[in-house]
Amino acid sequence: MLLRHTTPKEIDRKALTINPAKTCQPVGAMYAALGLHGCLPHSHGSQGCCSYHRSTLTRHFKEPVMAATSSFTEGSSVFGGSANLVQSINTIFTVYNPDVIAAHTTCLSETIGDDMTAIIAKAADDGMIPEGKKVIYCNTPSYVGTHVTGYANQVSAFVKFFSKPTLKRKNVVNLVAGWMEPSDMREIKRLAKELEARTIMFPDMSDVLDAPLDGKFQMYPAGGTTITDMEATGDSKFTIGIGPYSTEDACITLENKCKVKFEVIDIPIGLKATDRFIMSLSRHANVPVPDSITLERGRLVDLIADSAKNLYGKRVALWGDPDTLIPLCEFLVSLDMKPVYIVTGTSGKLFDERMSEILKNIPEAKFKCGERADMFLMHQWIKQEGVDLLIGNTYGKYIARDEDTPFVRYGFPIADRPGHNYMPKTGYQGAANLLVQILNAFLDYEDRKCPEEKVEFQL
Amino acid sequence: MRKIAIYGKGGIGKSTTTQNTVAGLVEMGKKVMIVGCDPKADSTRLLLHGLAQKTVLDTLRDEGEDIELEDVLKPGFGNTRCVESGGPEPGVGCAGRGIITSINLLEQLGAYDEDKELDYVFYDVLGDVVCGGFAMPIRDGKAQEVYIVCSGEMMAMYAANNICKSIAKFGKAGDVRLGGLICNSRKVDNESNMIQEFARKLGTQMIHFVPRDNMVQHAEINRKTVIDHAPEHVQADEYRQLAKKIDENKMMVLPTPLAIDELEKLLIEFGVLN
Repeated sequence: MLLRHTTPKEIDRKALTINPAKTCQPVGAMYAALGLHGCLPHSHGSQGCCSYHRSTLTRHFKEPVMAATSSFTEGSSVFGGSANLVQSINTIFTVYNPDVIAAHTTCLSETIGDDMTAIIAKAADDGMIPEGKKVIYCNTPSYVGTHVTGYANQVSAFVKFFSKPTLKRKNVVNLVAGWMEPSDMREIKRLAKELEARTIMFPDMSDVLDAPLDGKFQMYPAGGTTITDMEATGDSKFTIGIGPYSTEDACITLENKCKVKFEVIDIPIGLKATDRFIMSLSRHANVPVPDSITLERGRLVDLIADSAKNLYGKRVALWGDPDTLIPLCEFLVSLDMKPVYIVTGTSGKLFDERMSEILKNIPEAKFKCGERADMFLMHQWIKQEGVDLLIGNTYGKYIARDEDTPFVRYGFPIADRPGHNYMPKTGYQGAANLLVQILNAFLDYEDRKCPEEKVEFQL
Repeated sequence: MRKIAIYGKGGIGKSTTTQNTVAGLVEMGKKVMIVGCDPKADSTRLLLHGLAQKTVLDTLRDEGEDIELEDVLKPGFGNTRCVESGGPEPGVGCAGRGIITSINLLEQLGAYDEDKELDYVFYDVLGDVVCGGFAMPIRDGKAQEVYIVCSGEMMAMYAANNICKSIAKFGKAGDVRLGGLICNSRKVDNESNMIQEFARKLGTQMIHFVPRDNMVQHAEINRKTVIDHAPEHVQADEYRQLAKKIDENKMMVLPTPLAIDELEKLLIEFGVLN
């Protein structure tokens, strides 16, 4: 037993989180910043923050993640980080020459109250920002919110600093990508192309964090939303925010700034959520749904029907971020499975409302969000009554081993299995990928565990 | 070695009172170090005859962490050892962290070591205890004695009461105690009686009543303590008395801070009605 201290009896906890189902705000800000072409994320704080956030992303994506830091010392904490940031900006543009520096704060710089607007203005006054280059920032104190908040703040900052209306509306729909894999973004762009809808996706990590190996190091890979596209988002006729927790702020900022109306939908995970995405894009881009997409959908429905006997009534425990958990649970319910335990460190009323609705016919289901909704609580619930399947990030592997339960890795971070950044989980094709993973987990387990006389050739 | 922290509302006269009292102690033959914990770095001006000192944090910023004690410690009036911790310019950075950094650095550099044979260390701390940094001098057994400078004005007493709250808190875990209130008169009606009553309710004493005298201003303009500038003046004797009382003080208490309405009632009884 790896987690032998976990007991089934829940203890009333007020001030203790054990194995949180979340991470730091700047991890999200750094990830989102990589979705802008030619952008170098910059961590305004001590070196350790930057190293941790970079390595957290690298462990998941198996790609180098470039980011700079203000390298605070004891002196910077006392006198403020202004001198360090101004110097950093100069060094970065001189040595690494990005198009944009996307700075985010850390707990330390937030607590001492560094005024980012003033510092960046000073760097501009001192001539540290070359012509045509940009320095943007967002505030990401980790003692509030989670990595999802940091992601949302960074995406909002893109809108705040770049989007501008030229009063010439274009027949383009903005797709604000919530926290998902580069492969998921690629799949959503493929669907949009299939629909022949003109779109701008931001942020866009495809071809950045899943760039091909060609023997040459690219400091700034080919992918990412370009500055030109980012500026043009202010002229689009509509915005679709994909994932409320990670994109709604950006949608609101864009509407206030450029009068672009918006709709926020779930990340298209599973049949229904993908239907809603396709319908939303079809309506707002004013394009018909082509037969090719209807056929993709049909193949998924066929797979679901074929697999029903292996899915019905299976109890599932999940952890991760609200934007993925909501459509994921909806998908499981539509497969006649039973998501019974769900935790997320990211809090918000929307999660509770949506989960109550999705799980209304599963009375035994328990879900919780916020600081105390941690992996320890999840494990305690599982100890009280076991589940057939676990779905979540790598932090669940200890529970999976202790409880001998099939485990499908989904979410962030996944540090011990490959494929998440290649095989999409969004769209109909992604739903099929996910479903196959779930079925394989069940069927492998069955083949390994069932008595010898019950081993079947066909399952 | 006795380690003493002086607290009180901003502008109440902490630095002036501290330096004049230190001058009195020096006259008695005591060896004293004074550590200014105010970013303005004006806690040693009268002893050094001007703001000539480079602060600990300035030195840290300009020369890195390789600092010698002599770089930051300047001899002042009567061979007092004067240190200013310094801090950031107003509105940026973190002054509280500055105090933590500089006090830790002084300890590392051995400023308080036995071989320095100090009788007293005074910490002159800015205003209210607004955050953890400003409580540094009374944390972890640094200063064991606190004197609060106050006057009969409402806000000064309010601040004193607040400071008592933090002494009560830190005193529970550590050995810091309140030595008394120093009333630096603002010529408020019935001031001495009111502060004595206030002190009684806090469970402490008014250790001395320092009358208001223009000579303090004259001495300040000349960048000197009263004892240095006009040793024969009556005000110099007031500070000598205060120094003597502190030297002989044995009354160290955990204060019992007042509730706000209790404090207001005290002001009405002594300030308005009589």
